Amino acid sequence: MNLILEGLVKAFWLIISFDREVYEIMLLSLRVSGIAVLIGALLGVPSGATVGLKEFFGKRFLMSIVNTLMGLPPVVVGLLVYLLLSTSGPLGVFQLLYTPEAMIIAQLIMVIPIVMGVTVSSVSSIGKAIREKALSLGATNWQMTLKVLKEARLGILTALIVSFGAAISEVGAVMIVGGNIRWATRVLTTAIVFETELGEFGLAIALGLILLLLAFMINWALTYLQWSGLRR
Amino acid sequence: MRPLVETRNLSKSYNGIEALKNVNVKVDKGEVLAVVGPSGSGKTTLLRLLNLLDVPSAGEIFFAGRDTACPDADRLALRRRMGMVFQQTVLFNETVYENVAYPLKIRGRYNESGNLRVRDALKLVGLSGFDRKQATGLSGGEAQRVALAQAMVYEPELLLLDEPTVNLDPRNISIIESVISKVNREGGTTIIIATHNMPQAEQLATRVAVLREGELVEVGDAKEMFRKPSDFLASFGRVLNVFTGQSQLTEEGTAIIDIGGGVKVEALTTKTGSITAFIRPEEIIVSKSPIVSSARNMLKGRVEEILDLDQSVQLKVDAARQFTVNITKRSFQEMKINLGSDIYLSFKASSVHIM
Repeated sequence: MNLILEGLVKAFWLIISFDREVYEIMLLSLRVSGIAVLIGALLGVPSGATVGLKEFFGKRFLMSIVNTLMGLPPVVVGLLVYLLLSTSGPLGVFQLLYTPEAMIIAQLIMVIPIVMGVTVSSVSSIGKAIREKALSLGATNWQMTLKVLKEARLGILTALIVSFGAAISEVGAVMIVGGNIRWATRVLTTAIVFETELGEFGLAIALGLILLLLAFMINWALTYLQWSGLRR
Repeated sequence: MRPLVETRNLSKSYNGIEALKNVNVKVDKGEVLAVVGPSGSGKTTLLRLLNLLDVPSAGEIFFAGRDTACPDADRLALRRRMGMVFQQTVLFNETVYENVAYPLKIRGRYNESGNLRVRDALKLVGLSGFDRKQATGLSGGEAQRVALAQAMVYEPELLLLDEPTVNLDPRNISIIESVISKVNREGGTTIIIATHNMPQAEQLATRVAVLREGELVEVGDAKEMFRKPSDFLASFGRVLNVFTGQSQLTEEGTAIIDIGGGVKVEALTTKTGSITAFIRPEEIIVSKSPIVSSARNMLKGRVEEILDLDQSVQLKVDAARQFTVNITKRSFQEMKINLGSDIYLSFKASSVHIM
């Protein structure tokens, strides 16, 4: 009980004193997961919209693969990216292992199937009637696709919330490909694991609280957007 | 004069089923063509083909003299000169204003005078002041009027209407009908309207085309066709309250028709002898007690059947002869009508339409 209390006091202090290391770790977490979700959205939304709107041979098969990848264990992604980026791996020449870029790549691989899968289902649910309506009013295929995406905006926002939550709280992949290097690739989740192992519970609790707070704030903001979108 | 729309041996099959067979029809500029026929006769298929949403299995469609079997970009350019209102109202999940502005925006024509056009279109359908309302929160009738404004805001040369008033209440039906006739009369817009509401076809159309199992079986002048409807036209028309009886002139210049069961109705006609007449359900006023009004006909009856429609309630009333009437849900509740209730039906002599 004492341990937790001491930890909480220390956590509080670290947060209000703007401890530099704590804030560096937090910012790196935000940057890595933010960029992964941003690139994931740029790739996943258009590809999801295309798959959702087009009928083609093998669509079901593709969708079952995407759905499987949505539940990909982060550790497995970490291992895969590690093997790709390690010096002897096919992408070893770029020397990306143990850099934030490697962590972004790993999280991106997790994020894309989530964004794409949710986009496909929300675009499909918009239905043929809306598509034909847009076309009938004189929309080009491109304008019609934009309209469908706008109609599917709540679903796509959900995809972004879910994937950001998955990315920022994930520890397995960033641990393997980032290596938890102090001042370089240490993010909130890997730092919590590390500090707990060292018995530095105060720091671990502070980082845990920050992680929770971040996740809450971002979800709150997106949920607010979602609700105002619903009311509109 | 070159017709605005012309089909030559137009056919369409879906999954091996021929929905439309060798349809040849011409529509001149400024005309209102009613396409009538029972459900599944190919009305929607024809309209979708004309809107270039589907591609014919065989045959050709010409629009403004151009063969529509052309590259997609040209088809889009042609489609942009038409408007279509679907039977199932579809609106975008945004405000009424944004819905109506959309066709102008995608044409890059919003900046010219878009704001004014959108407001004019909304005014035309009687929805001024609805700009900021969310389209998904509208009633069925209001939504369909927005859809009509959407299809008219860019002033298309051809307006395609697929059963635009089906399942709507009488008030919305009459608003939509008057808008349709106004844009045709004042704007010169050519209109093709699919309907199985015969009085509507009669009221709006200059010509009528009858579809039966995908084939065009009759086409002709609207007035003539309704004066002497063929058995087929009368049989599927779902014209309600159709009665045949002997007509006798009165001194006031109206006629009394004995429709059997001791029921006599007064009509504005000079025809005598055996005639067939119908009364539209929405033209019959329902009351719980006798009312004093200008309506020349009042019958007492008992409610035999209550049918809950989307926007209104349909009653079957036994007044020696069976009558079908439509009333709004609100009136239905306020009047506390139940099965077996005694009610009075009133209608004007001018509401008795002679076929």
